Amino acid sequence: MSPVSRGFHRRGQPTAEADRVPPGQYVTTDFPVLSAGPTPRTALDAWTFSVDGAGVSRSWTWAEFRALPAETITTDIHCVTRWSKLDTNWEGVSVDTLLGAAGASGLGGYVLAHSDGGYTTNVPLADLTGGQAWIAFGYGGQPLAPEHGGPARLLVPHLYFWKSAKWVRRLQLLAHDEPGFWETYGYHIYGDPWKEQRYSGD
Amino acid sequence: MEGTAVQRRLTWLAATVAEVTEETPRARTLSLAAPGWPGHRAGQHLEVRLTAEDGYQASREYSIASAPGEPVAITVERLDDGEVSPYLTGEIRVGDELEVRGPIGGYFVWEPADGGPLMLIAGGSGVVPLRAILRHRQRSGSAVPARLLYSSRTVDDVIYAAELGQPSAGQEVTLTLTRQQPPGWSGRRGRVDGAMLRETGWPAADGPIAYVCGPTSFVETVAAGLTGLGYPAERVKTERFGATGGP
Amino acid sequence: MEDVDGNAIGGLLHDVFGADMTMATGVCRTCATASLVAEFAVYRRAPGVVVRCPACSSVSMVMVRKRGMTCTDLTGLSDLR
Repeated sequence: MSPVSRGFHRRGQPTAEADRVPPGQYVTTDFPVLSAGPTPRTALDAWTFSVDGAGVSRSWTWAEFRALPAETITTDIHCVTRWSKLDTNWEGVSVDTLLGAAGASGLGGYVLAHSDGGYTTNVPLADLTGGQAWIAFGYGGQPLAPEHGGPARLLVPHLYFWKSAKWVRRLQLLAHDEPGFWETYGYHIYGDPWKEQRYSGD
Repeated sequence: MEGTAVQRRLTWLAATVAEVTEETPRARTLSLAAPGWPGHRAGQHLEVRLTAEDGYQASREYSIASAPGEPVAITVERLDDGEVSPYLTGEIRVGDELEVRGPIGGYFVWEPADGGPLMLIAGGSGVVPLRAILRHRQRSGSAVPARLLYSSRTVDDVIYAAELGQPSAGQEVTLTLTRQQPPGWSGRRGRVDGAMLRETGWPAADGPIAYVCGPTSFVETVAAGLTGLGYPAERVKTERFGATGGP
Repeated sequence: MEDVDGNAIGGLLHDVFGADMTMATGVCRTCATASLVAEFAVYRRAPGVVVRCPACSSVSMVMVRKRGMTCTDLTGLSDLR
């Protein structure tokens, strides 16, 4: 039996917004920076974003990407390391817009998102459409900082935030669900925070 | 501890806080009473584990701030978004209980038999293991000369200021403040660079061993600087801190 | 948040391997560079601990704590001794 350390407790006291906080999470006002590797520094004139697979192939330069219609999004985000941040403000291009421009609307299947530095994550295509996901280039009214995934990251806030791949460069359309980086190392293939799907088998 | 010592299992030991010393507004040294503590070498770590009333546990690894033979102590710097450091630098008081295990680590370690001269270079809370090395050097009566170059943001961030202000025989301490210097400051100013290393460090021809500890970018800059002065890579030991231990 | 190095995860590695691994040498499967574990880059502000080759940044080891166990993947190393 370990002795109790008087006055020590886990983070996460009950908050007024308890109904917005998935099980096992605590609310933070910080924006923690988590990373599995060095921060990539891709120059905007070298940056491209592409959608390919399932007979589709389309690519945008930064200028072409920024010429697409963009939206502002206010949403809550939930990290599998147990912090949640409410009412975060983003600016981005809806994945619906990108898929539409690529001629990939109405497809089924899965997506493997690829990022600079080699990070990958997988999401069913149905979870990236219907206004559920964006390629975000702005946070808090500013250009997205490199430590938070800039120039652009995937934003899919209804899933644990490891699915919102930082430094995203490519969405690969696949017929099967291909585990990405954290999924390969034991994290849940889908990652619904409301069902607390943190690890495979949850 | 000899290099041929048998690997022992790391087991958790009950410990109590024996003494609390406020080093700076953000850093505190906790001296622990840990019956059964097996002893340690200068530069090694220990792990602290805290248990909440509901059974929740959190553990973090810290550099040991005390010399071999002294009561085991750690110096913790508060990370505002942390889970453990705010407790260890805030709520905890003498008599409180926690668990420790160790010692851990065999790389960033110095003993008098390793020789010198010693070049110790610290960035921020990276000074903690280097202070253990200096205390060990003094307590063991070693004749190995030592120089500490310690970079902090402001004078209020200098940990162990009083102790370092009175270095023991054969030990020289140079402080540099990077952000702000008080009126009448006679120490150095600005970040550690090649020129400062050349001016304050042992010449490579003296065959020094260097220990560099601090944030990653600091360590990489300094290690490159020492290589540039001709220090062989195998005589430069590095330890990258996020901060003292984890959050 | 900056990375740290193998010195910072001595306790975790001791749990996984049963010994102090900071003085062990790991050989990167990607670039074949041999480095002391203490010198590997460690990213621990993450859903797991990611250890990368100090020469080429390829992933060497990944440790994920799930359900009270530490799951360790070493496929980024071709040797560790």
